[in-house]
Amino acid sequence: MQQIIDRRLAGKNKSIGNRERFLRRHKEQIREAVKRAVDGRGIRDMAQGEDIHIPKRDISEPVFGHGHGGSRETVHPGNQDHLRGDRIARPKGGAGGRGGKASDSGEGDDDFVFHLSKEEFMQVFFDDLALPNLARTSIAETPEFKTHRAGYSSDGTPNNLHVVRSMRGAIGRRIALGGESRRELHRLEAQLVALKADAEHQPSDLLMLEREITALRARLKNIPYLDPIDLRYRSRVRVPMPTSKAVMFCLMDVSGSMDEGRKDLAKRFFILLYLFLTRHYEKIDIVFIRHHTQAQEVDEQNFFHATETGGTVVSSALVLMEEIARTRYPTSEWNIYGAQASDGDNWHHDSGRCRSLLAEKILPLCRYFAYLQVAEEEQNLWDEYTALSAETKTLAIRKATDAAQIYPVFRDLFKKEGSPA
Amino acid sequence: MSKKTAVLIDETPDLFNDPAADLAITAANRVLRAADIQTPVRAAQALPAPNDWSFELIERYHSVIRATAQRYGLDTYPNQLEIITAEQMMDAYASVGMPVNYRHWSYGKEFISTEKNYRRGHMGLAYEIVINANPCISYLMEENTLAMQALVIAHAAYGHNSFFKGNYLFRMWTDASSIIDYLVYARNYVTECEERHGLDAVEQILDSCHALMNHGVDRYRRPSKLSLAQEQTRRKDREAYAQQQVNDLWRTLPQKASKASDKLAEESKRFPEEPQENLLYFIEKNAPLLEPWQREVVRIVRKVAQYFYPQRQTQVMNEGWATFWHHHLLNTMYDDGHLTDGVMIEWLKSHTNVVFQPPVGHRAYSGINPYALGFAMYTDIKRICEKPTDEDRAWFPDVAGRDWLEVINHAMRNFKDESFIGQYLSPKLMRDFRFFSIQDDEAESEMEVSAIHDDAGYRKVREALSRQYDLGHREPNIQVWSVNLRGDRALTLRHVQHNNRPLDDGAQEVLKHVARLWGFGVHLESANSAGEVKKRWSAAAQS
Repeated sequence: MQQIIDRRLAGKNKSIGNRERFLRRHKEQIREAVKRAVDGRGIRDMAQGEDIHIPKRDISEPVFGHGHGGSRETVHPGNQDHLRGDRIARPKGGAGGRGGKASDSGEGDDDFVFHLSKEEFMQVFFDDLALPNLARTSIAETPEFKTHRAGYSSDGTPNNLHVVRSMRGAIGRRIALGGESRRELHRLEAQLVALKADAEHQPSDLLMLEREITALRARLKNIPYLDPIDLRYRSRVRVPMPTSKAVMFCLMDVSGSMDEGRKDLAKRFFILLYLFLTRHYEKIDIVFIRHHTQAQEVDEQNFFHATETGGTVVSSALVLMEEIARTRYPTSEWNIYGAQASDGDNWHHDSGRCRSLLAEKILPLCRYFAYLQVAEEEQNLWDEYTALSAETKTLAIRKATDAAQIYPVFRDLFKKEGSPA
Repeated sequence: MSKKTAVLIDETPDLFNDPAADLAITAANRVLRAADIQTPVRAAQALPAPNDWSFELIERYHSVIRATAQRYGLDTYPNQLEIITAEQMMDAYASVGMPVNYRHWSYGKEFISTEKNYRRGHMGLAYEIVINANPCISYLMEENTLAMQALVIAHAAYGHNSFFKGNYLFRMWTDASSIIDYLVYARNYVTECEERHGLDAVEQILDSCHALMNHGVDRYRRPSKLSLAQEQTRRKDREAYAQQQVNDLWRTLPQKASKASDKLAEESKRFPEEPQENLLYFIEKNAPLLEPWQREVVRIVRKVAQYFYPQRQTQVMNEGWATFWHHHLLNTMYDDGHLTDGVMIEWLKSHTNVVFQPPVGHRAYSGINPYALGFAMYTDIKRICEKPTDEDRAWFPDVAGRDWLEVINHAMRNFKDESFIGQYLSPKLMRDFRFFSIQDDEAESEMEVSAIHDDAGYRKVREALSRQYDLGHREPNIQVWSVNLRGDRALTLRHVQHNNRPLDDGAQEVLKHVARLWGFGVHLESANSAGEVKKRWSAAAQS
């Protein structure tokens, strides 16, 4: 009797290797398509798949085949009213009235279109990007440890002594060690009682028995009540914990000089950073801080859409960020990322203060701080930051003036260390 | 030159068990004649027919189908039924229906387009895939209803299976027992090559081989069988030996001072002495620059192409045979009281869709439906045997009135599409299908109806249809013509035009692939029937 084999659970995605090879072969086209998608897409739709169009000629597999021409005879079913010798106009393409070769994708002679899944899209999108100084977040150097109970051990510090366990061990040991002697003792005692009951007993026998009993009792008494080998300690092990939480501070200038276009640029920058962080951390908090002359923490809606006017004091936002980080996001638990977008306009006395704030308070807390200037002209804030970025690795500054520049800027900011720009 | 001819003989031993007993019917006690068929007592109760299948129910249906098939003496490989999901079905589609195959991007492409069409609802998946292996593997799709599973079992596990075992082309050209092993070997070997030589190098060589796949089969000479053990143990020897032979092309030292007359003869001598039809074989054995592993990859592609060669030649016969038998088996089961009306209606609906032949000009028309034609032909042969008309007696004196089981078994075993149609297509069927043939000559401004389904046209239509299924007619005839041994080592291929039909535009691209494999320049000449070269293509050596 043959068995029916259930293969439903086995060998799923058998074709995945083939798909990988297909994607690999058309990497360039896919990269281009992804780049275009990133440039053109709405921000909220960023984490989606994308239809990729590849020209037919790029994926065709040529084989020798017959072309049009020459003479050929074909047979068709369903003759309606033709008689021998009838002449029929040649249909266009000369395919002899047939439906033509169906193209393999059902798309006619257009491009070969296929859908890149969200994961694959993001994969290409983030291709050869990596977190800066990622090594620091690697497990080996993670400062955070968590202690776990891990059963009991026979050595440890007195404060970890487990009394019940230790006593249980002691009782067991005492029973085990004294077992033979105790059995003997019981036997002799019974004998003694029997002897005493016997009227004609020999006093010497009685004496001998009593002596043996005394010796046994002494031996039993010598078994220690608690021995060092009985002691059990609670075992605790320290397990390194990769930090899986990150907080991202979005700092944006909402003063009058930041128009919608500039805000949009900033927004793309933040979203990209956010998407990027989602790939590395399980939990990500975002703190939105907007500022003009004063800074305030707001929700996302207000951050991007509320309009404010007024002058600009950048340091106010930095002060607020530092305050929030200190109170709510201890560095032992959180990876802190800062992203600041501004048009570079600042009250001129404030820029120096920004620099010192960053250098002394904020950068030590941050894994990374990125500054994006959405305007071309270099003002004193840019100069200060430039000077500072030369000194430290955790500060990156860039300029971008239109949406298409965001993507390369982003790549640049977080490019893998060592890989060419 | 004796050495060279020796190279062209493939030394892989023939694994086919007993070539002498080839087409003899092996199983004892098999029913061979319809007259011997025993009709069992009608079943008291029909098999349960809920919509959803279960393993137990499939088993029960299967055992009844098996018993019915045995009654008709269907000779099959052992069956292995496997339940798979739609996604796995698409996987199987993408790797040309095989359960394993080497990895290549083109299969990924296939998968993507299959999946896309399926998701959009452009196409339903085939209900079944069956693999010519021993045991014969049939895939049952999870989504099918019980009635459909029964249909698939009858169609694939008994119809196709017996065809694979019986048809002479399959017996001669494929070895069902070793194909899976061979594909596993091929997959592992290609993976190993990818690791050792990089994905790109392997991909390039596979691309080039695929371009020549249709020209990598032996059409006339019986090929050696695939065999895993020999393949592996002999591979190393073969690689070394082949490399050594190739060196003949490189020879720069004169082979002894020979007489002037000999020299002349030598120079006029061609290489290869005879044109070669199997381009991949020629390349595998003679391409001067290929590394041993590349030769092995060429060989793998060639072997796989050879394995599929019979399938390409027996579409109508194979599908027709399977359709005829599922129709016949399930109907018999109904007559025996095993199937309920509901099951019958369900599979008949699907059967009707499968054998629908849209007429020319119909929106759905895309050539002749092999299921329809094949099913009609076997059914018609049975009719001719059982109730011949005078016309049938005149056209098929050997068949009319004979035992139908014997006749269709003979037909299934000893023909391919081309000869099957040439032999058995009856005037009645031509009328039923309303076949007509159209002559399309480039020189004429219009096409001409050359024959229709009437007395004057039957033979002509049948001939034309038979020719239409001739692979040699469908694919251009391209052969290795010569190698310039003394000059630039360029390889010349020759296309012999069939009815003056030219090659299509893909030729130049394919030629580049040939050049990649050959390592030196490649030329292609297209010659008409008079032997005049009409067109030339060239591809330079790729560095």
